[in-house]
Amino acid sequence: MLARAWDSDLAYSFRHSPVALIAALVALILVLAAVFAPLIAPHDPMDVASLSLMDSFKPPIGMPDADWSNLLGTDNQGRDVLSAIMYGMRISLMVGLLSVLFAIVVGVAAGLLAGYAGGLIDSVLMRIADVQLTFPSLLTALLVDGVITAALPRTMREALQIYVIIFAIGISFWPNFARTVRGSTLVERNKDYVMAARVIGVPSWRIMVSHVLPNVTGPVMVIGTLNLGLAVIAEATLSFLGVGLPPTQPSLGTLIRFGDDFLFSGQWWVSVFPGVTLVLMVLAINLLGDWLRDALNPRLR
Amino acid sequence: MLGFISSRLLQAIPVLLVVGFIAFALFNYVGDPVNILLGQDHTEAQRLALIKELGFDQPFFVQYGRFLWAMLHGNFGISYRLAQPVSSLIAERLPATLELAITASVLAFAIGVPMGVYTGIHRNTLLSRLFMTGSLIGVSLPTFLLGILLILVFSVWLGWLPSFGRGPAVHVGAWWTTGFTSWAGIRSLILPAITLGMFQMTLLMRLVRAEMLEVLRTDYIKFARARGLTNRSINFGHALKNTLVPVITIIGLQFGGIVGFSLVTETVFQWPGMGLLLVQSVAVVDIPVMSAYLMLIALVFVLINLVVDLLYYAVDPRLRIRR
Repeated sequence: MLARAWDSDLAYSFRHSPVALIAALVALILVLAAVFAPLIAPHDPMDVASLSLMDSFKPPIGMPDADWSNLLGTDNQGRDVLSAIMYGMRISLMVGLLSVLFAIVVGVAAGLLAGYAGGLIDSVLMRIADVQLTFPSLLTALLVDGVITAALPRTMREALQIYVIIFAIGISFWPNFARTVRGSTLVERNKDYVMAARVIGVPSWRIMVSHVLPNVTGPVMVIGTLNLGLAVIAEATLSFLGVGLPPTQPSLGTLIRFGDDFLFSGQWWVSVFPGVTLVLMVLAINLLGDWLRDALNPRLR
Repeated sequence: MLGFISSRLLQAIPVLLVVGFIAFALFNYVGDPVNILLGQDHTEAQRLALIKELGFDQPFFVQYGRFLWAMLHGNFGISYRLAQPVSSLIAERLPATLELAITASVLAFAIGVPMGVYTGIHRNTLLSRLFMTGSLIGVSLPTFLLGILLILVFSVWLGWLPSFGRGPAVHVGAWWTTGFTSWAGIRSLILPAITLGMFQMTLLMRLVRAEMLEVLRTDYIKFARARGLTNRSINFGHALKNTLVPVITIIGLQFGGIVGFSLVTETVFQWPGMGLLLVQSVAVVDIPVMSAYLMLIALVFVLINLVVDLLYYAVDPRLRIRR
C-alpha cells in the first residue's frame, strides 16, 4: 500500500518539486507545533495564575533586555508570545479546517444534486450560488456571523461563537465547490458507464456517490487546499475586526488585534510575530495548493 | 444595444429582490426592533402604537412591499446604535469609501498591468522572478496584516505618513466630501490605498502575464513579427490589446471585492467610510445599517456588472458583429 503510494504520479511529482517539499516541511512544522502545543510550548498562556505583570513587554531575543525564557518576548500581561502563537495556531487551523470541510460537504452535495438532477433543482441551487458569488466571501461571512450572533441568547454567545464562525466561513465558501462539482457531474452523467449503471437499475444516489463522486475528488482537493488558506485568512480577519472568536480563545487574528494596540508604544513584536506565523502558514498552504493543481492537471503545465 | 442594456437590467431585478428579501428578513426577524426602539420603560399602548406605526400588524407581503418601497425612496430606517437615519449615515461615509476604493483600483491598475506586461514579455529575467515571488507573498498576506506592517514601518518607525483617519475633508457640492484638496488629505490616503490595492495589483499582474503569454503564442503575433513590426507595436498594439477583455472582467469583479475589503482597511486605518460603519454596526447588531449596506452593495455590484458588459463592447469589436 505504502509502496504503491510512493510510486504514484502524485508522489513522484511531489518528490521532484523543491517548492512543494519546502512548503510541506513548513506546514508540517507549524501543524506539529500547533498539535503538540500543550506538550512543547515553553509556557501555558491560558494559565492566568502563572502570568506576572513584572514580565510584561519583554523584548524578543536579539534585543537588549531579552530573556531566553521568552524567545519572542511577552505581551502587556506578561504572556509568552511564542506560546500564545502555538496555542493560537491550534484555533486558527481548527477553524480553517472545519469550515472548509463544512463548505466541501455542502458544496459537493449541492453540486452533485444540481448536476445530476438538473432542471428546477439545478437552476435554483446555481442561482443562489451565483448571487452569493457576486459578494466578497468575507462580507458574507461577516454578515452571517453578525446575524447568527444576534439571534443567539447573550449567555450562549461566547460558548457557541467558534461554531458560528465555522458556519459563517463555511457557508461563504460552498459555491466554489458546488460549481466545480456540478461541472464535472454534468460531464460524467452522460458517460456510458453511468448509462450502464442506470440500465441495470442502480439507484440514482448510489450512482452519484460511487460513480460520479470519485471522479470529482481531484478538483475538490485542489479547491479545498486553496480555500483552506482563504479560510484561515478569513478567520484571522474576522477575529481582527473583533467580531470573530472571543478573547478567551485567542486565534492568530485575535493576537494580532491585541498587539495592534502596542505598535505605537514600540512593542511591535506582540503583533508582528503572530502575523509572520499567519503568513508562513497561509503561504505554505497556498504553495501546496498550487502544486497540487499543477500535479493533478498536467494540461496546465 | 438598447435591448442589451434593458435585458441586463431585467436580469438584475431578481438579484436585487432576493437581496432585498434577505435584508427585509434581517430587519424584521432578527432581534426585536420594537423592543430595541422602545427601550426599557413603555406602556402596552405605546408598544401597540409603535407596532402599528412600523406596520408589523400587516400581512407579510404588504410588509415586504412597504420595505422595498421605503428602500427605493432611500429610507433605510434609523440606526439603533447612533439614533440617526441610516441614509444620512451612509451618505456621509460613502464619499470616503469611494475615494479610497477608486484610488486603490487606479493604483492597482497603473502598477499591476505594466508589471504583468513586463513579466509576460521578459519571462526569465531576475526582475520577473522577483515580481512573481513578490506576488505570491502579496496573495498570502492578509489585508489587515499588510496595513499593520505599513503603519509600523511608515508611521511608527519612519514617521513619514499618518496612520489613521482621512485628514481634513472638504465639502464639494451638497453631499460629496473629498480629501484631495489638501496635502494632508492626500498623505492620509497613501497607506490605506496601497493596503487595499495590493491584492488587486498582484492579481492583475498575474492575469496580464498569463494572458500575454497566451497571446504571444498565437499565429497573428508570429505573422506580425514576420511582417517586421517593431517589438513595441507588437507587444502593446497587438498583444496587450487582446488581453484587455479578461482584464476588464477582473477589474470590474474586483472592484466589488475592493468595496468589500475596504471594511478591513478602513478598520485598520480608522478611515471614516462605510466599511468601518458596517464593522461597528455588526459588533453591536445594528440591523438597519446592516440591511441598508447589503442593499447598497448589491446595487453597486449590479451596476458594475452592467458597466463591465458595456465595456466589452467598447473593447472587443467581435462582440458587436455577432449580435
